[in-house]
Amino acid sequence: MINQSLTYREALRIAIEEAMNADERVVLLGEDVGNYGGCYAVSKGLSETFGSNRIIDTPLSESGFVGAGIGAAIGGMRPIVEIMTVNFSLLALDQIVNNAATIRHMSGNQVSIPLVIRMATGAGKQLAAQHSHSLENWYAHVPGIKVLAPATVADARYMLGMALKDPNPVMFFEHVMLYNESATTPAPEDCPDMCSAIVRKIGTDISLVTYGGSLPKALEAARQLAQQDVSVEVIDLRSLRPLDTDTLFRSVEKTHRLLVVDEGWRTGSLAGELCALVAENCFWSLDAPPIRVCSEEVPIPYPKHLEDAVTPQVAKIVEAVLGLLKQEIVS
Amino acid sequence: MQTDTNKIQTGTNKIHMDIAHIKFLFKQMLRIRRFEEKCAELYTEEKIRGFLHLYIGEEAVAVGIMQALKPEDAVFGTYREHGHALARGLSMDNVMSEMFGKVTGSSRGRGGSMHIFDVEKQFYGGNAIVAGALPLAVGLALANKMQNKKNVVVCFFGEGAVAEGEFHESLNLAKLWHLPILFVCENNGYAMGTALAISESEQHIFRKAQSYGLAAHAVDGMNVVEVESAASQYCNSIRNGDGPCLLECNTYRFRGHSMFDTQLYRKADEVEEWKSKGPIKKLKRWLEANDKLSADELIEIEDEVAAEINQAIVFAEGSQLEEISDLYLGVYAEEES
Amino acid sequence: MKILTMPSFGSDMATGTLAQWHVKEGQKVSKGNIIASIDTMKGLIDMEVFDNGTIDSLLASEGEELDIGAPIAQLRLLSENKASASNIEKPIVVNILGTDADADTDIDAIAKANINSTANNVSQSKQEANTKKEEARTELSEQSQDAQPNKPLFVSPAARKRALELGLDWRQLEHGHGPAGAIILQDIEAAQNTNVQSSSQPENSLQLEKSLQLEKSLQLKTVSQPKAITETKPTPAEMMRQAISANVSRSKREIPHYYLQLDVVLNKALDCLSIHNANLPPSKRILVNALVYCAIARSLTTFPAFNGFYNDGQYHASDEVHLGNAISLRTGGLIIASIHNAHRLGAVELMDKITDQVTRAREGGLTMSEVQDATVTVSNLGDRGSDSIQSIIFPPQVAIFGIGRPRKMPWIIDDEIVCATIVNISLAADHRVSDGHSGARLLNKINKLLQTPEKLI
Repeated sequence: MINQSLTYREALRIAIEEAMNADERVVLLGEDVGNYGGCYAVSKGLSETFGSNRIIDTPLSESGFVGAGIGAAIGGMRPIVEIMTVNFSLLALDQIVNNAATIRHMSGNQVSIPLVIRMATGAGKQLAAQHSHSLENWYAHVPGIKVLAPATVADARYMLGMALKDPNPVMFFEHVMLYNESATTPAPEDCPDMCSAIVRKIGTDISLVTYGGSLPKALEAARQLAQQDVSVEVIDLRSLRPLDTDTLFRSVEKTHRLLVVDEGWRTGSLAGELCALVAENCFWSLDAPPIRVCSEEVPIPYPKHLEDAVTPQVAKIVEAVLGLLKQEIVS
Repeated sequence: MQTDTNKIQTGTNKIHMDIAHIKFLFKQMLRIRRFEEKCAELYTEEKIRGFLHLYIGEEAVAVGIMQALKPEDAVFGTYREHGHALARGLSMDNVMSEMFGKVTGSSRGRGGSMHIFDVEKQFYGGNAIVAGALPLAVGLALANKMQNKKNVVVCFFGEGAVAEGEFHESLNLAKLWHLPILFVCENNGYAMGTALAISESEQHIFRKAQSYGLAAHAVDGMNVVEVESAASQYCNSIRNGDGPCLLECNTYRFRGHSMFDTQLYRKADEVEEWKSKGPIKKLKRWLEANDKLSADELIEIEDEVAAEINQAIVFAEGSQLEEISDLYLGVYAEEES
Repeated sequence: MKILTMPSFGSDMATGTLAQWHVKEGQKVSKGNIIASIDTMKGLIDMEVFDNGTIDSLLASEGEELDIGAPIAQLRLLSENKASASNIEKPIVVNILGTDADADTDIDAIAKANINSTANNVSQSKQEANTKKEEARTELSEQSQDAQPNKPLFVSPAARKRALELGLDWRQLEHGHGPAGAIILQDIEAAQNTNVQSSSQPENSLQLEKSLQLEKSLQLKTVSQPKAITETKPTPAEMMRQAISANVSRSKREIPHYYLQLDVVLNKALDCLSIHNANLPPSKRILVNALVYCAIARSLTTFPAFNGFYNDGQYHASDEVHLGNAISLRTGGLIIASIHNAHRLGAVELMDKITDQVTRAREGGLTMSEVQDATVTVSNLGDRGSDSIQSIIFPPQVAIFGIGRPRKMPWIIDDEIVCATIVNISLAADHRVSDGHSGARLLNKINKLLQTPEKLI
């Protein structure tokens, strides 16, 4: 099967299937994961393969079934809890932040919670304000959980398995615009580990750092900028907690400039955290202020032209880079 | 409060208890009572800090329920869980030490009064979010079922938790998935300062559970024997695979919600009335009336309890605080499993 | 005796008011009795007693507000009595420290003292660190103020770091190519490439040293260390050139120059020299410049307004004349080599000095003091130079002489036309310190000395 292509969603499905075949402790719980085949068709067909005991359709009780996932992990299972989208995860925030994140440390390192919570995230489908959030930074804020944002088919394929082997609670964010992305069937070498950032494109003039659904936009912007003789280095964070600061700092020390693309709102964004880290650690290497392209500070609107105006776009990224490199002479 | 017995598919109606066992129950309750009283004193002296929620008056519930449990069963509690921890068999030294915030505490001193954990004793806290532990308990019961373990999971909570969505989600899931879990609602009439009457349209908690299809009824939470009896029946039924149950225990806390409580929300004579039918008093009266407890025996019990508590204080006082350099220990697990 | 103290009912509670006593002195109490009502921000809370005994004395009055832990009563405990089963003894560890009454306060006092001293140490060392930081910052800002009196100049961190590595003073650049005219990396690279020098002026180079050192010490630790510089370092001459060019710009801006010149007849001087040089090898011969320098140096001893330093609105005349000789380098740079105490040297010694300095300057071997402390400068373009030079004063000096090339001219001496060798000596001086009248007298003095050349040898 050489040169076969795989979509992001298919990659996830294969990963879940592989994990469930290898370890009978792995189960999948979530709304509509079974009979419906998954809201984003990730778990399509799995119910037929594994049965309703292991592919569990839950009622609309986010707090209940996320908490149950935590309890099941405590009890020796390896559950994958699917929250349909990050928008609904707010109903389970208490269980995630007050239980999953705290119990190991709070109990004096006694209790283990080997749990993976997957959810779709992001905007771009004109789903309006309540269905378009990017709240990865809220979770990345909390010690005790790990937060991943696979942006490529390879990462979708292999990071999930790694997350399941990790003894900590791991949040796994799948951007809605990535499900249909396809690539040639990846090999395990394409996904080195769970916590490293990867330089997707080497460059010298500026470090363009991003994660998740913004990666394709960043790469396209880099392509366009290359035509204007601007050499952009694109970094895919992959892991939002912990952050691979080594890769980040090495890049900025080389290029002397930073631009972060983050679909969250600018205020309190993860991009802000990255800029602060770079300002703290790479200050003397900077030749320009660290800047960010984020979503405009409005609830994400429904009509396409407004949704596009709010969220990061290729043109905005290009403009931001050129603006940063623009030269002025004071007369 | 009436007890409304639901039909339970069990073998026996009453369990047989001998005097030794009843005396054991008495001592267990007294032990908790004296411990809590001592904690109150230590708290006013600022030896114990943060919040302190005393179990005084409710001892019969924890003690009664624990008799029905085996070591492999699991317990989830609330922030008012000292009594449950002691009744479950956690060392008083470790519990006291935990309250003092010392590294020898059951959670290395990190949790304090509200977060007592002991995985060996299958004691999972200690949770400060009202109703926060119910979904966890459901999850552990789910794990047990999936792994074909016959263990029971017991989840304690107050009647205040019933207002939270998680109560309803958890009972629904438990019944839907036919889980081996016993929900124990300690109904002491007040959620902090809010009386049940002004918070729930349906004040009989067991009826809510019945509406979800659980076997459920209410018992006199001041009667340790009644509590043990009901718990045993339900646990047998659960081990039998009959699905989740809820036991409502009507009880009363003699102290405020926490130490810093002016108790403006209830009348002093109500408190006195409940004190007169408190669980320890009740059982003591019964034992004495039946010549089963002499004055000397009582003194002996009190002395033993006092000695254990003293020893726990000495242990706690003499223990070290956790090294600050260990701060990050346990934020994440290191090893793959 | 046990001291009963104001109880804590919660972490929010800092004080409590003893609203009402429910016991009297001498009253027997049992464990659990309510002995007082305490008023807190949340309202009244009952205070219980935890031991059996008798109230010995009440130490607080109704209505009194007290800190948590403050004594409010004394309780005489019931003596050891097995019958009173609920009398739990105080833990042994407490009793070791003394009587019951003192025990708690002792532990607390010791603990508090320990905590306080630690806290003091921490806050002290914090303060010290902060003061040091403040001092460093003030020093740095003062210096940058000295260097940049008027305009705030932006420089990127990368540019600053590169300048540090190259030993360049970025403050010498007026603007850069970054946003809002900020100096960025490329400006430093460009500056380095045009052989700019760091500083030759004494004050400025000292400032530069200091501020460069300070910048080094204020540098934050980076995750990966900067790579070693692989470009070739500029020669000291090149670095000095930069400072001179910056200095002349500043000089033209700040110093109100006035210009005088005098044509001096060198006939007697030349005659004197040809006699002196007659039997000497070329290396020992004195050139006429040495005579001129000597005349200038000696004249300046009686004209202090032309020999010294003008700084911060004040002029300080120098007792010595350190004559700065402007030496041009083959690489295109210019260096001012100072001849120390030139006023005490004869033309022979001056000649030696000049020759030696020119050689060493061209080899890059001048000492620090030779390039730092000239009190006045002489500029001389030599035989291939122009007839006259109008020079620019090197601040903080206040005068500069320009020596034109000696040229043969028809001249009127004693109403007769003669063939004379004329040299134009110009004087540019700082009008804040001197005026044309004294400048003219100075030039005339120099002329006079050159008419008795044998006294200068």
